[in-house]
Amino acid sequence: MIQKQSLVLGIETSCDETSAAVVADGTRVLSNVISSQMEVHRRFGGVVPEVASRRHVERITLIIEQALQEAQVELGDLDAIAVTQGPGLVGALLIGVAAGKALSFASGIPLVAVHHIAGHIYANHLVKPLEFPLVSLVVSGGHTELIYMEKHNHFERLGQTRDDAAGEAFDKVARLMNLPYPGGPQIDRLAVEGSISYDLPRAWLEPDSLDFSFSGLKSAVMQLMQKAKQRQEEIRPADLAASFQHAVIDVLVEKSIRAVKKTGVKHLLLAGGVSANSALRVQLSKRCEQEQIDLRIPPLELCTDNAAMIAAAGTFLFYEGKFADLTLNADPGLPLTYS
Amino acid sequence: MKILAMDTTTLVMGVAVLEENKVLGEVTTNLLKNHSVRLMPTIDRLLKDLDLKMTDMDVIAVTSGPGSYTGIRIGVTSAKTMAWARKIPLYSESSLTVLAMNGFRFPGLVVPIFDARRQRVYSGVYRTCGNKMEEVMKQQVVSIHEWLEQIAKREEPVLFLGDDVQSFRELIIQHLNERAVFGDPAENIPRPSQLGWLIWQKIIQGEKPESQAFTPNYLQLTQAEANWLQKQGNGESVHESQGRENCISSDGSV
Ligand SMILES: [Zn+2]
Repeated sequence: MIQKQSLVLGIETSCDETSAAVVADGTRVLSNVISSQMEVHRRFGGVVPEVASRRHVERITLIIEQALQEAQVELGDLDAIAVTQGPGLVGALLIGVAAGKALSFASGIPLVAVHHIAGHIYANHLVKPLEFPLVSLVVSGGHTELIYMEKHNHFERLGQTRDDAAGEAFDKVARLMNLPYPGGPQIDRLAVEGSISYDLPRAWLEPDSLDFSFSGLKSAVMQLMQKAKQRQEEIRPADLAASFQHAVIDVLVEKSIRAVKKTGVKHLLLAGGVSANSALRVQLSKRCEQEQIDLRIPPLELCTDNAAMIAAAGTFLFYEGKFADLTLNADPGLPLTYS
Repeated sequence: MKILAMDTTTLVMGVAVLEENKVLGEVTTNLLKNHSVRLMPTIDRLLKDLDLKMTDMDVIAVTSGPGSYTGIRIGVTSAKTMAWARKIPLYSESSLTVLAMNGFRFPGLVVPIFDARRQRVYSGVYRTCGNKMEEVMKQQVVSIHEWLEQIAKREEPVLFLGDDVQSFRELIIQHLNERAVFGDPAENIPRPSQLGWLIWQKIIQGEKPESQAFTPNYLQLTQAEANWLQKQGNGESVHESQGRENCISSDGSV
């Protein structure tokens, strides 16, 4: 272990956010600059990889510079540079990786390569230090996974989605309902006004499985809408949003509790973009209170993609001397394994 | 004044170090191998061989495109970040102009070509002018047939440069007959030392370096943007804007 004091620059470009942050000791956010491209992609109804990559190149050094300025540190003050290696859009990841390597080479500051999902989990560390062992439910547009952590830098996957990610299901259903992009938050907002009145399926899979499946749910919504159309019945969007959202959250919450019980841990972490969903936060909090599980939910600004979480996760790679070299490459399918 | 020059816009990856107008070292490979993995180690290796450090570099030079979108971005991002980290100026030059420099002594027109797929090319028409190549016809992405028809109207010998020329050789001869001249193997490879020299000339002529918001010159819009514009009823820009993003392999190689 290197001395537990550090200043780490995080760089995150895995999707449509160009972000750079400076984090002290893996816990204190000195700056967290996020340049979102949401407005750029809105007219296309989704993130266009080539458009995202072009934007990242344009912004990257400006964002890094801003992060250092806001943190009031010089490049030379940094102990390490942490960059997202994957998973994500390959073209987008490549910008962060190229910038991270070039920065490390030009400054002599060591580089660490961070798994994006590890970043999401470590977002919680920025609020309160992680306590082990723990289970984390990671839910985003690309991921729905249950991860077990025995200690820092040590990840074991207990379950994952077999088809669509939860966030993906939200986006697809939002599109079916003709809601504007991005769809997830729209459903969340709409559901508040509705009641759970449509009967939608929940895929529990095998009795002991901690995996997820959301494609059947999406198909059920589609069939429900088609039938209503044939019968010339009016669909109540708020009720449909509430019913759909409830069906997703039911499974997410129940499987998380099962994972906690199966592993015998005391701490459950919520992580990823879908952690911003208000109903998920409420329902998971309620269940954890009943079960006396210590639940950690990151604040909204740390739920979506940001570089502070990458810097936090990277700090522990730095402490253990797990450096990346100049041959580091972006890996869109990077597995989250033991390290 | 030392210049570190790099080019990753095509299959050719090049890195050179110049001391003003003297080439100290140059590495060029022409392989279907990942520029993302190999660029920084190549720079590291070349500097070590030359007994130089990154802190000895005064200027960074990079090709701004056109070429493989992914390739362009690897070079530009790396160059831009190194320049920013060391607080030294960044200069850029078109990858077509760099390739055209290989025809510097040719008495006629010089036409560098990169394949842009679907019978289209990235190209420009150049002629020697002092120490530089002057752009006679603006670089663009264009149908090869249309391009050759335009070039054939000029009553001069034409030197075609680039590895991609091979696939259009028959077509070129059809249009230009004996006026068509083809590059030697060494001339078909863009040289990072040529990039460095072009940048050195820019510096002595007092040209300003690139700003931090510097972006590559892709020569065309993305497919999504082109489609979007077409939907908005802005048909003009669409012809020039057929995307190429589908042609780049998903592992980031070019
Ligand atoms: Zn994410």
